Amino acid sequence: MKLSFAVNGRKQSLDLDPRVTLLDALRDHVGLSGSKKGCDHGQCGACTVLVNGRRINACLSLAVMHEGDEVTTVEGLARDGPSALQAAFVEHDGMQCGYCTPGQICSATAMLEEVAAGWPSHVSADLTSKVELTQDELRERMSGNLCRCSCYPGINAAIGQVATEVPAEEETAD
Amino acid sequence: MTLDLKLDAPDEANRADDLVQGVLGHENERPDGLSKAIGAATYAAEPRPDGLLHGFLVRAPGIGAVSCSNANSVREMEGVRLVLRDPRMIRNAAQGAANEAPVQGVDRAEYVGQPVALVVADSFEQARHAAQALEVEVETDDAPVDPEAVTAEKPDGRQTAQGDLDAARRDAAHVLDRTYTTSSMVSAAMEPHAATAEWDGTRLVLRGSLQMLKYNRNELADSLGIAPENVRILAPYVGGGFGSKLGISAECVAAALAAIELGRPIRVVQHRRQVFEMNTRRSETRQRIRLAADRQGRLTALEHEALVSNLPDETFAEPVLQGSHFAYAAPNRALRMHVARIHRPAAGSVRAPGEAVGVTAFEVAMDELAVATGIDPVELRLRNIPDKDPEAGIPFSSHRLKAALSEGARRFGWADRPSPPRQRREGEWWIGTGMAAAFRVNAIMEAQARILLTGDRAVVETDMTDIGTGSYAIFQQIAAELLGLPLERVKVRLGDTELPPGSGSGGSFGAASTGTAVWMAGMDLRRQIARALACDEADLTLKDGTIIRGNTRRSLAEAFDGTVLTGDGHVQPGDAQQKVRQATFGAHFAEVAVSDVTGEIRMRRMHGSFAAGRILNPRTARSQCHGGMIWGIGMALTEAVTHDRRDGHMVNRDFAEYHLPVNADVPPLDVHFIEERDPWAGPLQAKGIGELGICGAGAAILNAVHHACGARLRDFPATPDRVLAALV
Repeated sequence: MKLSFAVNGRKQSLDLDPRVTLLDALRDHVGLSGSKKGCDHGQCGACTVLVNGRRINACLSLAVMHEGDEVTTVEGLARDGPSALQAAFVEHDGMQCGYCTPGQICSATAMLEEVAAGWPSHVSADLTSKVELTQDELRERMSGNLCRCSCYPGINAAIGQVATEVPAEEETAD
Repeated sequence: MTLDLKLDAPDEANRADDLVQGVLGHENERPDGLSKAIGAATYAAEPRPDGLLHGFLVRAPGIGAVSCSNANSVREMEGVRLVLRDPRMIRNAAQGAANEAPVQGVDRAEYVGQPVALVVADSFEQARHAAQALEVEVETDDAPVDPEAVTAEKPDGRQTAQGDLDAARRDAAHVLDRTYTTSSMVSAAMEPHAATAEWDGTRLVLRGSLQMLKYNRNELADSLGIAPENVRILAPYVGGGFGSKLGISAECVAAALAAIELGRPIRVVQHRRQVFEMNTRRSETRQRIRLAADRQGRLTALEHEALVSNLPDETFAEPVLQGSHFAYAAPNRALRMHVARIHRPAAGSVRAPGEAVGVTAFEVAMDELAVATGIDPVELRLRNIPDKDPEAGIPFSSHRLKAALSEGARRFGWADRPSPPRQRREGEWWIGTGMAAAFRVNAIMEAQARILLTGDRAVVETDMTDIGTGSYAIFQQIAAELLGLPLERVKVRLGDTELPPGSGSGGSFGAASTGTAVWMAGMDLRRQIARALACDEADLTLKDGTIIRGNTRRSLAEAFDGTVLTGDGHVQPGDAQQKVRQATFGAHFAEVAVSDVTGEIRMRRMHGSFAAGRILNPRTARSQCHGGMIWGIGMALTEAVTHDRRDGHMVNRDFAEYHLPVNADVPPLDVHFIEERDPWAGPLQAKGIGELGICGAGAAILNAVHHACGARLRDFPATPDRVLAALV
């Protein structure tokens, strides 16, 4: 099937087997391997990308469903140099093996927008008040992205630094 | 000439503290961090050579003789190039440092999930579809799958006893006899096992996701029946390993065989559900611990008996008792290891094999003894610290448990803890705190490394891997410190079997072993520089690319203009391991909340104080400790593979049903490093830190659960149903 969509601002015209997921389209047909395949099952979040500004698991979506969409991957976030979140992840050691990192960063990018737009979460006190990105909110909203190296303290410190209103709980150096 | 070091004696020179560049031991960012954050770091499934074909593994759905009756029709499906059923395909991943092929064959499945075929097609979608269409018939037989239902082996050399245990128990003021169980667990690295294989008619180049390349090369060559020199493995980035990538795994051999057969590059990636089955799990354990103590809480007898399991023909047996050999003094002691031969998926090393489960169970037993004797849990451990190895009688190379316990208690605020359980309630939640000691053996493995110095720029080279552990960071620091170079002038090349063989990543030995080889290579260069300047190496000061001698200064670039100097380093274990007992130590503290309505346990905070010799980079070391502590949360609360009672298969082989700790499960974690220099660890005086953080972490949590609500959980993980049953 023929398909056109924009990836990181560049138009891509592809002719794909309809079974190709958005994730495999990006990795194998567009040639952007920054988005990772950890489970191919929507259970780990390593494949998180932004579609029209919203985070989705690219492995759970067929490429042909995205005609005309604007897709942003981790590479796209660094188009004008590393984004604030990308730099903060490095600074706070929000990664070890690095495999979940692109998904974490894409997810965090969209998550901050969701908070700004007032979207409630499972831990929000009610559905209508202004959302404050407390540590509980941050942890809840980032729990779709697994990290087996377990860099959650560094990830949260990095996100906390970028969303300046979050009180960082990262410990200081001894 | 290579500068060799055999670790036979302590290194008291402590040169690392005299060097002046000031980067070793500092909080530097990992140099590979940015490439990971912007998606530029590439992993095993990501090269796309011309003509790449895709393979998908097929699993056996039962145990017994295997056949695939419709292989010919699958071969005719769209895009399919090959249905491979080759006797050289491997049954399960090789054990760590196996250095030879694991058990091979596809005609009989020894466990449910064993790979028995590879389907290769032009696209991934075609290969997956055809693989699902392949009908695998199994003539099932009655292979045993329950470790409790078979007569366990009692391997010689893994049963030790000294003293008179019966007499000690008879005379003791306190005795304890408890049985604990832990579940099968998996490494669950985020990158699935993957290989991209290319064959040029003579030589195989395999891009793999592997931890120990010098062994992996021999394992792969032996499996394929080709010479090791015709195998090159590349693994510059590895998306986590935790033991599951120590040895070659099924997709490496299958991809290589298909590449040889078809003359085209092949990529094979294990599906996540295959990752659970085809690699190695941490064995479930049943542990009986019997303690006897005098009125002051001093142990007079210590018994630890463990039952673990593995497939036939696997030499690995989860070394549950490893920490119990040296953790506590007790004149009368017996350690017994039992192995059940059953047909669950293969067992092997998972982060901190042995202590992760053994220390954890033992530290719950120590908490039970503390409650029984009325002695504070920290104090009980302090009273039982041995002054030498309690079995071999040799001294410890360095022993900082006391400092870790005391400092950890102070930092956590342990002194404020009310001693009896069930003292603090917030709504439906009981709040409590608990602690545990951490123990982990330490080892140095043979390793080589090379540094190329061109002017004031250096390149460190070794086949060592960085699986997230920070190898890139610390080797850059070690080389920069010795050569007096700013960090950005030192590049590190890893993960290529063409480079000098390092130790590989595993058993927490990577940093100290390959790091020492890098140190020796740097020292070799310092000696060459000194020789050229006709001075002693010790009189040489190198800083910021400048050679300083007395009051003369000269730039390194100018002194060796255009010449490439090569430093080679080599380290190997020596007599040190016979002369001293070497280990790392720590103390875990945890605060939890337990709901007596739902049985949920919520973490409130954790603290860990750890002693592991010189900390080469506190930032990457701290991240490793966070990782270990969070694995402790998983072990204590959520992680368990459920095996089907009939055929042993893994029922919950994905992330929806096997519950890794997620961000919301993790409370604030505090890590403190105890200052230590272990001279028996070589010139770096550094020991392993990657696994210490998991050893005992789960025990601190379950001890806190007892303190919170009075429920003693002896079966890990403490899922809500078990908590409610124990609450009564």
